[in-house]
Amino acid sequence: MSELLLRAQNLTKRFGGLAAVGGVSVDLWRNQIHAVIGPNGAGKSTLTNLLSGDIAPTSGSITLGKQDVTGWAPERIARQGLGRSYQKTNIFLPFTVWDNVLLAAQSRERQQPWNPMVWLRAAGKYAAAQQRASRAIELAGLQNRRTAVASTISHGEQRQLEIAMTLATEPQVLLLDEPLAGMGVAEAERMVELLLRIKPEHAMLLVEHDMDAIFTLADHLTVMVNGQVIASGTPAEVRADAGVQAAYLGEEHA
Amino acid sequence: MSIASAHLEHLPRSVQFTLALALAALLLFPQVGTDFYTQMVTRMMILAIFAMSLDLLQGVTGLVSLGHAAYFGLAGYVLAFAMPPSEPVSLWWTLPLAVLGSAVGALVIGFFVVRTHGIYFIMVTMAFAQMVFYLVFDNKALGGSDGLYINFKPTLELGSWVLLDLDKKASLYYLTLGAMLLVYAFLRRLLWSPFGRALSGIRVNEHRMRALGYSTFGYKLSAFTLAGALAGLAGYLWGVQTGYVNPELMGFHMSAHAIMMVILGGMGNFAGAIVGAFSFELVLHVFKDLPRIGQVELGKHWQLWMGLFIVLVVLWAPRGLLGLIAQATLRLGRSKAS
Amino acid sequence: MDFATFLIQLLNSLQYGLLLFMLAAGLTLIFGIMGVVNLAHGSFYMLGAYLAYALSLYFNSLTLAILGGAVLAALFGLLLEWLLFRHFYHRDHLDQVLLTFGLIYIFEELRSILWGDDVHGVAIPDFLGASIPLTENLSYPVYRLFMSGVCVALALGLYLLISRTRLGMKIRAGAFNRDMTEALGVNIKLIHAVVFAMGVALAAVAGMIAAPISSVYPNMGSQVLIMCFVVVVIGGIGSVRGALISALLVGLVDTFGKILLPSVAGMLVYMLMAAVLLWKPEGLFKS
Repeated sequence: MSELLLRAQNLTKRFGGLAAVGGVSVDLWRNQIHAVIGPNGAGKSTLTNLLSGDIAPTSGSITLGKQDVTGWAPERIARQGLGRSYQKTNIFLPFTVWDNVLLAAQSRERQQPWNPMVWLRAAGKYAAAQQRASRAIELAGLQNRRTAVASTISHGEQRQLEIAMTLATEPQVLLLDEPLAGMGVAEAERMVELLLRIKPEHAMLLVEHDMDAIFTLADHLTVMVNGQVIASGTPAEVRADAGVQAAYLGEEHA
Repeated sequence: MSIASAHLEHLPRSVQFTLALALAALLLFPQVGTDFYTQMVTRMMILAIFAMSLDLLQGVTGLVSLGHAAYFGLAGYVLAFAMPPSEPVSLWWTLPLAVLGSAVGALVIGFFVVRTHGIYFIMVTMAFAQMVFYLVFDNKALGGSDGLYINFKPTLELGSWVLLDLDKKASLYYLTLGAMLLVYAFLRRLLWSPFGRALSGIRVNEHRMRALGYSTFGYKLSAFTLAGALAGLAGYLWGVQTGYVNPELMGFHMSAHAIMMVILGGMGNFAGAIVGAFSFELVLHVFKDLPRIGQVELGKHWQLWMGLFIVLVVLWAPRGLLGLIAQATLRLGRSKAS
Repeated sequence: MDFATFLIQLLNSLQYGLLLFMLAAGLTLIFGIMGVVNLAHGSFYMLGAYLAYALSLYFNSLTLAILGGAVLAALFGLLLEWLLFRHFYHRDHLDQVLLTFGLIYIFEELRSILWGDDVHGVAIPDFLGASIPLTENLSYPVYRLFMSGVCVALALGLYLLISRTRLGMKIRAGAFNRDMTEALGVNIKLIHAVVFAMGVALAAVAGMIAAPISSVYPNMGSQVLIMCFVVVVIGGIGSVRGALISALLVGLVDTFGKILLPSVAGMLVYMLMAAVLLWKPEGLFKS
């Protein structure tokens, strides 16, 4: 029996008179990939930002595990067990791959400001954080690039680093915003494998445009248009939905 | 130059070697130099501590403060108030008190200021520092525009045994040198600690740091307070050396000079701050001592030369002097290899 | 406080606020549109005042001095933009802070070389020298009303320019999306130069009209700069409307503060800023 890790109910976000997201509900279960698709401007980015706490909802609620996190600041939600990767690569470019991931892994340490060693002991000496970082780097397949400076690695590797950092905080829930963006065929395949590998331990929300990847990965599919959900169900169900076909998928996928 | 990149966190060998030589020179200096020059170098070292404190804020955390001098001056004023007009007080309690005063000032102002970003941060740090400036300037009780005198050097004694007689120029010199080295060592360790790594992360990409679960407000406020405290240490020593404090020590010109020192040397590694402070003072002295050519007193117009110098540095040496040394040795290395 | 005194102080706060607005508008426009922070903005105010002094001696008329000075200031702004500032639009705020701080030194010294370090007075032209009587003992100087009038006229002119003219439309477009505007064939470099020159001219004219009241002295730039920054912070960077409301607010708080709470008068405006920051860290009208 799977575990419900995130429940968003009736999320609405208005900017002035415009509802960028209107009454959207999403459930994320462990060992499930829930994909969200829709044309540009459908509200997918806004939805992701609402879930991560970057934007506060106008109405609706978000529950992470057993905790109501509606209106929480992003760092609090992250500490509660949510990780997020970005469509536009959002890493620390001047640092090495290892330093990037270690910085992410270190965020889980409870720092006691009154302990002088926190101020003086080198970051590299904290074993727990090191282990988390190593694990994340291996999962993402970047073991051979640990000492490379992030600005010098390829785009695909940067996307892998993006995921590695998200994994290093050991979140329960993952929000993945177009992880395959800008990738070539081989790189995309590697990324899909990676996502399948980490799936059993996490609940994942996947925003993507790559339809082949979606139908390979998704257990559940939600279609958004103009801020509203027009269909939600298994990929087969959604494919068969006439409304979706008309609005979005087009004849070839029917 | 972007404040988020272009940093020399790891000092290249050439720079380390130069710094080691400089340290040896500093250790020996009072034995060979006159009192006048010993005082001058002491003053440079005090400013180096001030610059290092700003480097923590600016070079490491990426917060450009135009009001850092407020905490420098504050400590000097605490000493001035702590010292009765008729007899000296002990350094043992006045130094921590002054540093604490600066830390508290930084904490209070930081609470308001750290919630702003980018250009706002620059403007509000300046505004609050000017507030402190005018608070002192307009109030006779706080010394007003004339400032306050510190009639004695604080004592440094254990029981009846005098550890250091700060009236002797060489003693004050070595005390300052020790302080400067301690601050440098502490900040270098801090840079590589989890706290320091987090501050660097905030500089590079604060948004991602928050998404990773860091409470960046708390980190920034801590950095602001710590930087203020260290500036206070420098300000205390300044008060000890000069025996006089005035509102200008807290003013916007002093803050801008500190920024200049950090930029001049090279940001983010603290060694640059030391180099920058020394260089800046040296340049200032050179400009002020320029000779008269014909009818024109070149030295009188030092502000013009200083202004031009600053503009040129911004245009041509964005990574500071250490950056230039590093680049030069890189080119030498390449040409040797080819 | 009787009504006449209250009216006088109200008019004073209006005049001070409007003057601050002139300065803040230029600063906030330059930052909002080109992303440049300019610490030397106060220096333009000072240069304006000294220009008023020098030109009014030359022309023997303050009016001609102001008109001539405005043109000179705009030209100076164009030169400065072309020579230096346009290379800094893409650079870090830190570089801009340092560059403009260096400029402050340079301008101070140039002023010292050209006009010396003495304090100078500038005469109010005769036709503006009268005072409007309010009560038996109190009257209000016409010149101060004139100052407010000039500021209002310029503010109106600025508003009409930005919202009603094609140039204004191009300016707004350029602020919103530089690359797109350029792609549409608009000469964005010219726009930036014009905006910068306008900002300089506004600051200089503020200094010129203030000269008879505040007299002309070294360091007048830095005092007004800090107030200008406070106004922009409270109002919100890039928002001219915010600058107006904020400037009037600051004018009120400062003027009445000096009368009602003289012991904390100097701090009041900063306390206002602190309060606004707690509530809205990006100013009242985020642009």
